[in-house]
Amino acid sequence: MTFAYEIPLLILLLVTAGGAILMKDLMSAVLLLGCYSFFLALVWAWLGAVDVAFVEVVVGAGLATVLFLLTLFGTAPKDGRLRRPPPPLTALIALPLLGVLMLYAAKDLPEFGDPNSPASTHISPMYLERSYQDTHTPNVVTSVLMDYRSLDTMVETVVIFTAGIACVLLLRRKVS
Amino acid sequence: MIDVLAAIFQRPNFLTFVIIFLWGFYIMITRYNLVKKLIGMYLVQTSVIFFLVSISAKKGATVPILVSTTDPVQALDYSNPLPHVLTLTAIVVGVATLGVALALCAAIYRTYGSLDEEEILKRLE
Repeated sequence: MTFAYEIPLLILLLVTAGGAILMKDLMSAVLLLGCYSFFLALVWAWLGAVDVAFVEVVVGAGLATVLFLLTLFGTAPKDGRLRRPPPPLTALIALPLLGVLMLYAAKDLPEFGDPNSPASTHISPMYLERSYQDTHTPNVVTSVLMDYRSLDTMVETVVIFTAGIACVLLLRRKVS
Repeated sequence: MIDVLAAIFQRPNFLTFVIIFLWGFYIMITRYNLVKKLIGMYLVQTSVIFFLVSISAKKGATVPILVSTTDPVQALDYSNPLPHVLTLTAIVVGVATLGVALALCAAIYRTYGSLDEEEILKRLE
């Protein structure tokens, strides 16, 4: 069971991801990666995850692309290697094996869009039904993020603060 | 064999996830350029998040924002909000770690003058 318009969006996702991987010029690869993030956000908005789509457009397509571009402006923008050495044998054997195993497990997954899948029946109906009485916020994602799991969100800001400190410590120039 | 193939093609989201995940992982292993490795890492992160969000979708359901605040809520009318919350956190933390990795790349380039793994190893000796 699939959603209408989903297959063309998935093909666009695969094409932009492949372009970001195969492109020799790193600048073009990074811009294609931004396109990939944007198509990902479109797919998510289509699947009903609008909050995730907003965050992906702002943080994934916007901030990550800007960070990549800033790094490339300061360093070498080309993948200078003309001829690649042959890939290691373990990667050539192990990765297709992993792929076959993952695809073999596809039969046991619930169908996408199935309202009676285990992920949608166990505890998530309780959150949907009770969140307005508990938190008085119509947006269920906000009420879970900011109320039920507010400690998680607070510690997440600690992670981002730590990442900022690490960036500053790595990038500062020594005063000579 | 036929039923396995049919099961795969009934779940195109899962097939896309597997292709992007393994391709990004392969790029992380085989490419020598550090920025290219980070592009592979970003693809792996986002593909896993894509799989999680695909699980939350329900056919015929709308976004998890309550239409009416007085009527009793039917859970079948709204898509599952819990994977959305978890992936919001995952996206932001993923981009934060990506920023640290890119800052490391810039510091490496400043010290060794290259982003190629083998040239850096040569200069380390």
